[in-house]
Amino acid sequence: MQYLPNILFALALVLGVGFFVMNIRKLSRNIKLGKDVNRTDNKPERLKNMIKIALGQSKMVKRPLSGVLHIIVYVGFIIINIEVLEIIIDGLFGTHRVFRGFLGDGFYGFLIGFFEILAALVFIAVVVFWLRRNISNIKRFLTKEMKGWPKKDGNNILYFEMVLMTLFLVMNATDFHFQQAAIGNPISQFITPLFDGFSLETIHTIERSAWWIHILGILVFLNYLYYSKHLHILLAFPNTYYANLKPKGQFTNLESVTNEVKLMMDPDADPYAAPPEGEEEAIPEKFGASDVTDLNWVQLMNAYTCTECGRCTSSCPANLTGKELSPRKIMMDTRDRLEEVGRNIDANKGTFVDDGKQLLNDYISPEELWACTSCNACVEECPVNIDPLSIIMDMRRYLVMEESAAPQELNMMMTNIENNGAPWQYNQQDRLNWANEE
Amino acid sequence: MNVPTMADMMAQGKQPEVLFWVGAAGSYDDRAKKISRAFVKILHQANVDFAVLGTEESSTGDAAKRAGNEFLFQMQAMMNIEVLNGYEVKKIVTCDPHSFNTLKNEYPGLGGKYEVFHHTQFIQNLIAEGRLKIDDTTLKGKRVTFHDPCYLGRANEVYESPRELIKRLGVNLTEMKRNKSTALCCGAGGAQMFKDAEKGDKEINVLRTEDALETKPNIIATGCPYCNTMMTDGIKFKEKEAEVEVKDIAELIAEANKL
Ligand code: SF4
Ligand code: SF4
Repeated sequence: MQYLPNILFALALVLGVGFFVMNIRKLSRNIKLGKDVNRTDNKPERLKNMIKIALGQSKMVKRPLSGVLHIIVYVGFIIINIEVLEIIIDGLFGTHRVFRGFLGDGFYGFLIGFFEILAALVFIAVVVFWLRRNISNIKRFLTKEMKGWPKKDGNNILYFEMVLMTLFLVMNATDFHFQQAAIGNPISQFITPLFDGFSLETIHTIERSAWWIHILGILVFLNYLYYSKHLHILLAFPNTYYANLKPKGQFTNLESVTNEVKLMMDPDADPYAAPPEGEEEAIPEKFGASDVTDLNWVQLMNAYTCTECGRCTSSCPANLTGKELSPRKIMMDTRDRLEEVGRNIDANKGTFVDDGKQLLNDYISPEELWACTSCNACVEECPVNIDPLSIIMDMRRYLVMEESAAPQELNMMMTNIENNGAPWQYNQQDRLNWANEE
Repeated sequence: MNVPTMADMMAQGKQPEVLFWVGAAGSYDDRAKKISRAFVKILHQANVDFAVLGTEESSTGDAAKRAGNEFLFQMQAMMNIEVLNGYEVKKIVTCDPHSFNTLKNEYPGLGGKYEVFHHTQFIQNLIAEGRLKIDDTTLKGKRVTFHDPCYLGRANEVYESPRELIKRLGVNLTEMKRNKSTALCCGAGGAQMFKDAEKGDKEINVLRTEDALETKPNIIATGCPYCNTMMTDGIKFKEKEAEVEVKDIAELIAEANKL
């Protein structure tokens, strides 16, 4: 019976990590539902971006308050993980504060003291985040798409962090032996008096409970990631690595279109010629995107990486002037639909069974898509290099090339380009008239 | 006004230093035509050997592409590339950031590789080479604010050339609260120029004009014919035509140099 806690701990660890790994595999399968796109060129530049933007948080600090608070939580999160390593070793081997003997009282005390200060800072930062989200009227937290789960999710993460930090401090405060050693508890020493009247046994029970809930909480939080915008703590890294390196104004030249246009413009091509051997069965290429599987894997990874911070939307000219379009919503819709497709595949033994739905219309309306000015403000603003504009453009392509469903005025513009070589109805022969006016 | 065409040049067996890509707005739109003429005056003053395609120029296809019509875009692109390559064009300058972006970034993938300049970059080079001087007395003391065109700024990270030129005019350059990479769109991009805006509570160009008016400018400087139209409309909407002018940087330079 003496080993029961160790066994339980090992079991919890295996279950927690196992479930997480299972979900990550599902995540990776879903992302791979996207079309291929080559983003392996220029590795040094990619690495540099990842280090600067994901690790160095360079785009976060463009908004100083949320930037600095975020860095506190982020640094706190990474460093306090060293403590989690100790917890895991202690849990598995039944040791107690194994690093203390290992590192020596002086350094260990310094380390724990440092963690405690970080934990307190994280706690304060998280409380400020909560107040910003729930009390102050910051527009980007209050828009339509932030109702319901997204709002709850944002708060859940904050509650999780508050509880985990509290548990960490309580754990230190009730660790009698640790307190006795007086080697480094700058914050938890102020919590100890709360337990003054308690028996040693009760205090020990509280310490053990705090310890257990802390580690179980971390395992639950780990598994919560997959269901949450908090997934960005992992995906921000690949997402910034594989982000577009080309100038933002450079849109892809659809290759399938190039082939057709070349055929059309080639005077020697015979439009009635039988397709070459083996191509009869080829499925005609679909132009643009109406569902998530028409998007590429980077766009799908973008959707999972989105932190729903709304920086994109708060800089979007269409959104700022009250139009339906919100680039954040484009990303959230893409993720929601992708999750739906993933669940469909799981329920149908690995193949997708048509559910009569798609990203277009069921999630994103043409009205949203047509409001975009392609100004790239959303792309510029995103702290993790997400490109909502590329999804908008791919869906417009579908609307125009597959459904001929452009707004009437745009159809006129396009007819003019086709007939007169200009978006207006002027005669191409008049193109140089400007030179002789005045 | 002497504006030679590539066809004329070819007939004389000459190859100009640079092709001026006028663009649809610069060719047909009454307001934008003035920008084209101002730029040509500058080219003349600097003795630049240039030519235009004239009736052989066609839409770059930018608006079609942003509207989602990749077919039409690529047809336009391939036709234009055939003409450009036929004349062995190497260097292109344009006053239109949309043409600039498309020619520079999207044509190479379809076989059209050129060195492409926005007119503010080109003029800056002329100054650096000592071929052009800007008179900094004519407009002295005016308050000027510059509206970054999305397709020049964020899309291609050209923020400094227009500002350098404005500073050379001897004016006071004041920045709007949203500028450079955080600039607000004028509302014309992505083919919005050619359709009514979706339902909302304001027009984008009015919001952007409000940004500009906050700096209390005498002149709003632009570097894009579409921005120019949008800001001009915004100023009219705000009934500020009497106090504030909207001018392309080429027009300001032509004015400063009394061309
Ligand atoms: S590119 Fe489109 S979605 Fe993005 S900020 Fe501009 S208008 Fe909004
Ligand atoms: S796309 Fe980027 S900027 Fe927009 S909400 Fe998501 S993470 Fe934030």
